[in-house]
Amino acid sequence: MSKFEYAPAPESRAIVDLQSSYGLFINGEFVDGTGSSFKTINPATEEKLADVSEASADDVDKAVKAARTAYTRVWSRMSGAERGKYVFRIARIMQERARELAVLESLDNGKPIKESRDVDVPTAAAHFFYHAGWADKLEYAGLSPAGSPPPRPLGVVGQVIPWNFPLLMLAWKIAPALATGNTVVLKPAETTPLTALLFAEICQQADLPPGVVNIVTGAGATGQALVEHPDVDKIAFTGSTDVGKAIARSIAGTRKRATLELGGKAANIVFEDAAIDQAVEGIVNGIFFNQGHVCCAGSRLLVQESVADEVVRRLERRMKTLRVGDPLDKNTDVGAINSKAQLQRITELVDAGEAEGATRWTVPCELPARGFWFAPTVFTDVSQTHRVATEEIFGPVLSVLTFRTPQEAVAKANNTPYGLSAGIWTEKGSRILWMADQLKAGVVWANTFNRFDPTSPFGGYKESGYGREGGRHGLEAYLRTGVDA
Amino acid sequence: MSPRLDVRKTYKLYVGGAFPRSESGRSYEIVDAKGTFLANAAMGSRKDVRDAVVKARAAQGGWATATAYNRGQVLYRVGEVLEGRRDQFIAEVAASEGLTKPRASAVVDQAIDRWLWYAGWSDKVAQVLGGLNPVAGPYFDISAPEPTGVVGILAPQGSSLLGLVSVIAPAVVTGNTVVVLTSEQRPLPAISLGEVLATSDVPGGVINLISGRTAELAPWLASHRDVNAIDLTGAADATDVDWADLEVKAADNLKRVLRPVGTGGDAVEPDWTEQPDLSRIRAYLETKTVWHPKGR
Repeated sequence: MSKFEYAPAPESRAIVDLQSSYGLFINGEFVDGTGSSFKTINPATEEKLADVSEASADDVDKAVKAARTAYTRVWSRMSGAERGKYVFRIARIMQERARELAVLESLDNGKPIKESRDVDVPTAAAHFFYHAGWADKLEYAGLSPAGSPPPRPLGVVGQVIPWNFPLLMLAWKIAPALATGNTVVLKPAETTPLTALLFAEICQQADLPPGVVNIVTGAGATGQALVEHPDVDKIAFTGSTDVGKAIARSIAGTRKRATLELGGKAANIVFEDAAIDQAVEGIVNGIFFNQGHVCCAGSRLLVQESVADEVVRRLERRMKTLRVGDPLDKNTDVGAINSKAQLQRITELVDAGEAEGATRWTVPCELPARGFWFAPTVFTDVSQTHRVATEEIFGPVLSVLTFRTPQEAVAKANNTPYGLSAGIWTEKGSRILWMADQLKAGVVWANTFNRFDPTSPFGGYKESGYGREGGRHGLEAYLRTGVDA
Repeated sequence: MSPRLDVRKTYKLYVGGAFPRSESGRSYEIVDAKGTFLANAAMGSRKDVRDAVVKARAAQGGWATATAYNRGQVLYRVGEVLEGRRDQFIAEVAASEGLTKPRASAVVDQAIDRWLWYAGWSDKVAQVLGGLNPVAGPYFDISAPEPTGVVGILAPQGSSLLGLVSVIAPAVVTGNTVVVLTSEQRPLPAISLGEVLATSDVPGGVINLISGRTAELAPWLASHRDVNAIDLTGAADATDVDWADLEVKAADNLKRVLRPVGTGGDAVEPDWTEQPDLSRIRAYLETKTVWHPKGR
């Protein structure tokens, strides 16, 4: 037990007005789906939050038709300036309703309120703000050379997002799509649909023309119906590499475009000259932020051998101060695992780590009796072939490996089919720049980790997917440009 | 006095900076537009493709880390040597594509100019496509393009030189290395291009040229797990090739796919005489974003 215990500091959930059941959001209205429904629960308590419609292929078809009509008749004809004003409105309403969004996100997802309040919701609003300003400036994005037609939208975009950052991923998908003049049909994740449905209300408050944004809730079959719909021009997907490959196969031979943000197994590399306490903070943030449900999480810690023991010792000491529990408590650092299935997957991989001979250390802490929980865990004595070092765990589980030379660090860091992110901790500037050049990763954090910003492109190399989201680069994925325009 | 017997050229593969015959020992007959025999070309095999990928991978790191200025110089040198062999290419393009000499001359001139246009991009791409991101916080945050790695290319079937350089140059200028399946019926200018490359300081393995049956070789290139991107442009008009099948194979390791132009499932050969934009360069680039805190 730590010396100073915290008093409970629960955020009130009274601000959220939960309905017992939710329909689909098609053509500007909430409608009953023709499929069955499923329940979404609070992963911290397993209490049912609401029944949600499972959109059938027919429902998806209606949503795509609504998006097509809105695209043809309204959205593609509107000036960029007017389009931008709608996106600005959405950003402002998200800020106005920030607390409500944050509480609902923590209820449905299990993430700590301090993260939904301070990271997810403000960053989501920032994405709408940033992209709103692009709407009337697309010819300045450097995507179409002089003499060629200005960039044009693609049409109807089908978007499928994961459960780890439900609202933020929605913002990453919808904001650039709308700013560039496309209309969207978005499917949120099965376990976290509620903030997307609240976002639909925000679209209504913003008077967004009907059909510009459509939300279809459901599971894999709904997503597949959306991806395979013949009248969808582009797919934007964030999720697992396996599903990403299936999407790439299913759109092969068509003219559908795709951006895929997939899995990762990032190396967080700590050199002996690093500021160790800062590095430890970065390691903790890199893997325990959002319960490790982060595709770019720093799940492989590569420590220079000379400081490995000390880093692990200080890391374990720091981990003992992490507070695991009620997501709505403002002092909570690590919340609930998002679903039973995900908890099983984490448990299976951790068991494999022990069976393969790695040494496990788990924070000694009391976990709530109900809900899905996994205490922060570190594996040492990990070799590169262990499953905990090769497979994406997507949970609060860190594997520690060591290296001796910068070259060895690079070789080990790149020894993965993934290539999403990487971290470097050293006080030597020239080494940072050299390492950053060598690492096959779309985002490299030097002396920091897990930073995101709407102006900063994000995306992976290799099997972490293709395309970038955010920044000037992210616009390209939603536009016909140059000789194609 | 009997007329002089001409010395005919043996066309081989170009792999790893050398000119091997196919390991399969096979060759196939190349005829001109009127059906007259021109040469026997090496008929590359799956093994040749795999060997070429190994060479391309080995060469990629060095080529990508050469300075952009140096890559530009090397590629400009290719242009110089192409110009020096202009007459040879005019004859080969004329024979391969059934063009008149003036028309073939225009095509070769444009091919050389196209090569130079792309060569000049080597040290400009990062400035045009990269930049500093004004993030909301005390960070230095910069995005810059990097080559995606090894690129497999199905060269256009019709345009044997202009089309060929229009697909190779944008891939290699940024530091990718390539394995090219040459036009099946018109491979001769490609092999002569190999001779130009071999004598213009291009490191061995950066550009590898395999002649043969596109339908036989393309699936191996598309499914190869050490190939990072594939250009399916040459699927248009290739015998027994369905580009959708190749794209499915490419999904196995999430290769970046450059689809052929056309509408729906139809693939057509682009008009290579049109001035290109950056789309072919951009197709084989990854954007790397580096964050660093700012502070005292």
